[in-house]
Amino acid sequence: MDFAFPLMANSGAAAASSSAKITAHTPAMTTPGANTLRMKVTKLNFYYGKNHALHNVSMDVATNRVTAMIGPSGCGKSTLLRTLNRMHETLRHTRLEGEITLDGVNILTLDVTKLRRMVGMVFQKPNPFPKSIYENVAYGLRINGHKGRLDDAVEKSLRRAALWDEVKDKLQKSAYALSGGQQQRLCIARALAVDPEVLLLDEPCSALDPVNTAKIEELLFELKPSCTLVIVTHNMQQAARVSDSTAFMLNGDLIEFSPTGTMFTTPSDPRTEAYITGRFG
Amino acid sequence: MSVRLMWRKSLNAFMLSLTGLCALLTVSALFFILGYLVWNGGKDLSWSFFTHLPAPVGEPGGGMANAILGTLKLLLLAALIGVPIGLLGGVYLAEFGGRTVPFLVRYTADLLNGVPSIVIGIFAYALVVMPMHHFSTLAGGFALGIMVIPTVLRNTESFLRDVPRALREGAFALGANKWKMIATVVLPAASRGILTGVLLALARVAGETAPLLFTAFGNRYWSPGWNQPTSSLPVVIYTYATGPYEDWHQQAWAAGLVLLGLVLLTNIMVRAFLTRGSAYERT
Amino acid sequence: MATTPNAATPAELGWSPQALLRRLRGADEIAHLITFIAAATLLLITVLLVFQLWTHSAESRAKFGWSFFVTKTWDPVAGDFGALPFIYGTLVTSAVALVIAVPLGVGAAIFLAELAPPKLSSSLTFVSDLLAAVPSVIYGLLGVFLLVPVMRTTIQPALKSTLGFLPLFKGPAYGIGFLTAGIVLAIMVVPFVLSVSREVLLAVPRDQREAALALGATKWESTWKVVVPAARIGIFGSVFLALARALGETMAVTMVVGNNPIISGSLFSPGYSIAAVLANEFSEATGNLYLSALIELGLVLFLLTFVLNGLARLLILVTTARGSGVLPS
Repeated sequence: MDFAFPLMANSGAAAASSSAKITAHTPAMTTPGANTLRMKVTKLNFYYGKNHALHNVSMDVATNRVTAMIGPSGCGKSTLLRTLNRMHETLRHTRLEGEITLDGVNILTLDVTKLRRMVGMVFQKPNPFPKSIYENVAYGLRINGHKGRLDDAVEKSLRRAALWDEVKDKLQKSAYALSGGQQQRLCIARALAVDPEVLLLDEPCSALDPVNTAKIEELLFELKPSCTLVIVTHNMQQAARVSDSTAFMLNGDLIEFSPTGTMFTTPSDPRTEAYITGRFG
Repeated sequence: MSVRLMWRKSLNAFMLSLTGLCALLTVSALFFILGYLVWNGGKDLSWSFFTHLPAPVGEPGGGMANAILGTLKLLLLAALIGVPIGLLGGVYLAEFGGRTVPFLVRYTADLLNGVPSIVIGIFAYALVVMPMHHFSTLAGGFALGIMVIPTVLRNTESFLRDVPRALREGAFALGANKWKMIATVVLPAASRGILTGVLLALARVAGETAPLLFTAFGNRYWSPGWNQPTSSLPVVIYTYATGPYEDWHQQAWAAGLVLLGLVLLTNIMVRAFLTRGSAYERT
Repeated sequence: MATTPNAATPAELGWSPQALLRRLRGADEIAHLITFIAAATLLLITVLLVFQLWTHSAESRAKFGWSFFVTKTWDPVAGDFGALPFIYGTLVTSAVALVIAVPLGVGAAIFLAELAPPKLSSSLTFVSDLLAAVPSVIYGLLGVFLLVPVMRTTIQPALKSTLGFLPLFKGPAYGIGFLTAGIVLAIMVVPFVLSVSREVLLAVPRDQREAALALGATKWESTWKVVVPAARIGIFGSVFLALARALGETMAVTMVVGNNPIISGSLFSPGYSIAAVLANEFSEATGNLYLSALIELGLVLFLLTFVLNGLARLLILVTTARGSGVLPS
C-alpha cells in the first residue's frame, strides 16, 4: 500500500499525465471553496481481466462544482466514475493502478464502506429497494447504525431531493408506487441521507422523460452548494447545461478536461471537436 | 385434395387429439383421487377425529389427534434442521461461492434430492436410532430434515440469483458491506420466493412415510417430549390400510383425506401466493 | 501503484492460522464462513450417508460377496440372504411403470408445450404439479382398496383372455403383484415425465418450429419431426429421472406388490421390491447379519438411483443449457 502525500496531492495539479491534455481547472464562478479539490485522480489505469479500460487518466474534481464526463458509449466514463467510490470492486477480475484521493487521502487506504458513505452514487436506472419510501431513505442511516430520530433525517433528505411535497403523505407506501422520475429522485434522496461529500451520478436521466430530466437537472443546481457532483452523461447538451467543467473521454483515454464553457466553444483537441459537433459517436 | 394431403391432415388431427387425451388422463387422476378420498373418508371425519386418541379395535369413535400432533412435531423438527442449513447454503451458492464448490454442492443437492426416502430412513436409523437404542421423534424429524435441505437450498439460490444486480449496487453505494447488503436488501427482496420453497418442501415431507417407519416408528398414545416414538399421519394410514380391521380401513380413508387436504392446500396457497407478482421490478 | 484487493476465492488466499484470523476480522468473512459451513454440511451429509451404508453393510458384504446379487434365497431364520428377487421385482415394476408412463407423460407434455392454448396449458401444468405432490401412501391407499379389486375381477381376466398366450399374462389373478405395482408407479411418475419433458420441449427455439411450419408441415409434423427430436436428449433425461423415482418408491409398491420374494415371468405374480422389503422388515430385523443384509439392499438402491439421477441431470443440463437439444454431429 502506498500512502498519499496530502500536501502534494492538493497542490499537484501540475502533475499532468502524459497522454491526456489537461487544462488546469479554473472555474469562472466564485463560490467559496471553489479552488479546492475534493477528489483527484492521478495516472489511473484500469483493467477488466485483460481488457485495458482506462489509460493513464488524471483528473481533478473541484469542491462544490459539477464535473461532467462525456464520450461515446464504451469510452470508459462510467468505469472512471465507478472507481471514484470503488464500486468496481463488486465485480470480479478487475485491477486498478494509480492513485485516487479524496480530500488528499488515497481512497484505497480507506475502509470501503466508509468511502462509499462519503462518496455516494446514483445509477442509470432508478433502483429503489423493495421497501417503503421511508425505509429507502432511512436505509443508509440504519445500516450505519444511526442513532437518534430518523424522521428528521428522512424529511431533510427528501426535501433536498425535491421530493418531499410529493411523497410526504405516503411515506409508508412502496417505493415502486412512484413514477420513474420520482424513483430516481428517491434514489438521490437515499444517497443524500448519509450526507456524502461527493455524489456520483451515472447517466441519471437516461431512463427519464424530458420533464423529469429537467427536474433532476434543477436539483443538481440546488445541491451544488452543499455537495460535490460528478455526472456521467451521454447527452452533451445536458453536460453543457449542468456542469462547470467537462471531461471528454474516448476509448479509455481522457482526451480533454476543461471548463465547460471552453470545452463547448473552443475545444483544444480535434477529437473533442469532432465529437461535440456530432461527427461521431 | 390429394390422398397424401388428406392422410397428413387426418394424422395431424388424430395425433393432436391423442396427446390431448394423454394430458386429460393425467390431470384427471388428481380429481379422481381427491373425489374418491372425499367419498370414502369424508363421512368419518368429525371433530373427535382431530381431538381424540385412537379407540381400541371394535370400539366406535376415536381419532388421530396423536398422529396429527406427531406429524406437526416432526415437521417442526424438520424445519429446524433443514431450513437454516438450506437457507444459508443457498446464500453461499448465490452470493459467496466461487466456481468449483458451488457446482459440487448444487450437483450433490440434486442427487440427494433423488435419493429414495427409505434410504434416508436407513441413514437416520444408523445415525440417530442406533446410538440412542430406541425409536424417537428426534430420529424421524432428523430424517425429514435431511430431505428438506436440498429443496430449500436450490430454491433459495435461484430466488437470490433473480434479485437484480442494481439493488445490490444500490446497497453497496450507500456503504453497506456484503453481509448487510444480503441481509437487508437481497434476502428481503427474495423472501417471498424463499418462503414458498420452504413451505413446499415441508408439504412434501409431511406426506413421507418410508423414512419414518424405523425412525419415528409409531405410537398408539401421545408421545411426550422428543425422545419417544411418535405416531404420524402417513404411518398411521399405512398401518391402518394394511391392517385386518374394517374400522381401521375407514380411519385410514379419513386420515388420507386429511393428509391430502393438508398437502394440496399448502401447495395451492403457496403457488397462488408466489404468482401474485414479484417483490421487485424486473429489469 | 496500488492494486485493489479483488473479491478473492478461498483457494487464492492462504489457509495458515494467521491468514485465517486476518480474514475473519471482517463481518463479511464471518458471513462467508458461516454460509460455507452450511453448504459444506450438505456435502458432508452425502458423504456420511454413503459411509454409513457402506460400513453398516460390511458384515453382509463380507459373508456373501458378489453372490448376494445372484442368490434367490431370503431366509432370515437360516441367516441366508440373497438380493435377486428384490432386484428383479424392483426392475420389473419400474419397467412396467415406464412402459405406461413414458408415452402418457411425453404425449401430455407435447400437448401442453406445443398444442394447447397457453391458458389451458398453464392450468393443466398446475394440476400436474399438484399431482406430483400427492403423498405416495395415498397412492398406496387407493391401490389397495380400489385398483387391486379391479385388477382381480376385471383387468387381469380380460388380459388373460386376450393376451393370455404371452407368458407375461399367465397364472391366477390375485389382484396384487408386479403389474398392479407397475400401474400405481406409472400414475405416480407421469407428472415427473410430464413436467421435465415439457420444460425441455419449451426450451427448443421458436424459429425451428416456425421454419417447419413455413415449409408447409402440419402442426403435428413440425412437432414430431422437428421439436421432439431437438428435445430428445432432455426427454431421455426425464425418463431416467422417472426411472430413478420408480426404483426408490416405497409405500405404494409395498402396499400392492404382494411382498413375496418370487421371481416369476408372469406380471400377475406377486413379488417384492428392494424398497418394500426395507419397509417391511427393517424395524423387525433381528441379528446383525440380517440388518446388515438389509442395509446392503439400501446401498444397492442408493447406488442405482444415484447413478440414474446423475445421468438424468446431465442429460437435462445438456439440453436446456444449449437452448436446443440438437446434438453436435
